[in-house]
Amino acid sequence: MTTSLAMVLLILGCALVTWIPRIMPFILVKNMKMPKIVLRWLAYIPVCILSALVIEGFFEKEEAFVTVQWLNVIAFIPTLFIALLTKSLSKTVIAGVVTMAGLRLLFG
Amino acid sequence: MEQIEQKPLTPDTFMQGIKDCVPTLLGYISIGLAFGVVGIASGISVLEVFLLSVLVYAGSAQFIFCGLYLAGAPVTAVIVTIFIVNLRHLLMSLTIAPYFTKYSTLRNIGFGTLLTDETFGVSVVAAGKEGRLGGRWMDGLNITAYTSWIAACTVGGIIGQWLPDPEKWGLDYALVAMFVALLVLTLASIPKEKLMHYIKLIAIMVISMYGMLYFMPGHLAVLLSTMVVATIGVVLEK
Repeated sequence: MTTSLAMVLLILGCALVTWIPRIMPFILVKNMKMPKIVLRWLAYIPVCILSALVIEGFFEKEEAFVTVQWLNVIAFIPTLFIALLTKSLSKTVIAGVVTMAGLRLLFG
Repeated sequence: MEQIEQKPLTPDTFMQGIKDCVPTLLGYISIGLAFGVVGIASGISVLEVFLLSVLVYAGSAQFIFCGLYLAGAPVTAVIVTIFIVNLRHLLMSLTIAPYFTKYSTLRNIGFGTLLTDETFGVSVVAAGKEGRLGGRWMDGLNITAYTSWIAACTVGGIIGQWLPDPEKWGLDYALVAMFVALLVLTLASIPKEKLMHYIKLIAIMVISMYGMLYFMPGHLAVLLSTMVVATIGVVLEK
């Protein structure tokens, strides 16, 4: 359970640059009206960011080429199926973890 | 999640916020534990694992912090990288903030401070279904997620030395599975006639991510692709 002043300062620096983008919109949006076009653009952010986070796991840069991570793509199929079928966060997470554990046991 | 589906409107209570956070806890706990283990393995102390989870409170950034620390990266490189990795929160905050304009600036700072990928996902699904978000509900969701994250990271740090590789058990996939579920739930709240438009955008997203990964790290590709594909979404509307 130890740390140093330098480390605490580094963590504080990271905390500050993480905090500012998090709170800025909450302060700005409260004090000004956003143009319609920006609101239309923002409506696409949830689907875009969530799909980008899922798709990020499908690929990996290996030396010169971006390759497909087949294990992640295969695990995605039953996970997506359970998500569509149950519309439940907890059941999807359990299905995903069990599928991945099974795949790693078989092919890992 | 299940509660939202059966009731017409989510009650704006702290308790309901806690309940709606529960389905995400498996994700938080497994990733938090994994972070604790990785942190100790990269040579940072349990106290530092605790400080990172309290002060930075962002899964991917904390992992990258350990990686950079282990690689002996200079202070400025660590801070700039963390800034870029977490810049996506700006987009998330921009999306969520318009629902909270009636609350005080101080409370808005509170909502923003505890915004994560997961609480963003849960609240965006609720907002999509009901067209509104409650402050007490948001606090319940945020504080449950925050305390669980700190606890999981710290416990992960403490037991880290004895825990076998968490990847082997598929626990790292909990995070991706959670994003899959949140994506499906978000799409479920979109009007039927717009669904094809969104499916097209996801297909474009696959191409965009693949292409961008040639030139930049994953977190930057997520940020840029989101901005590019959202713009394409506006341009191709109707």
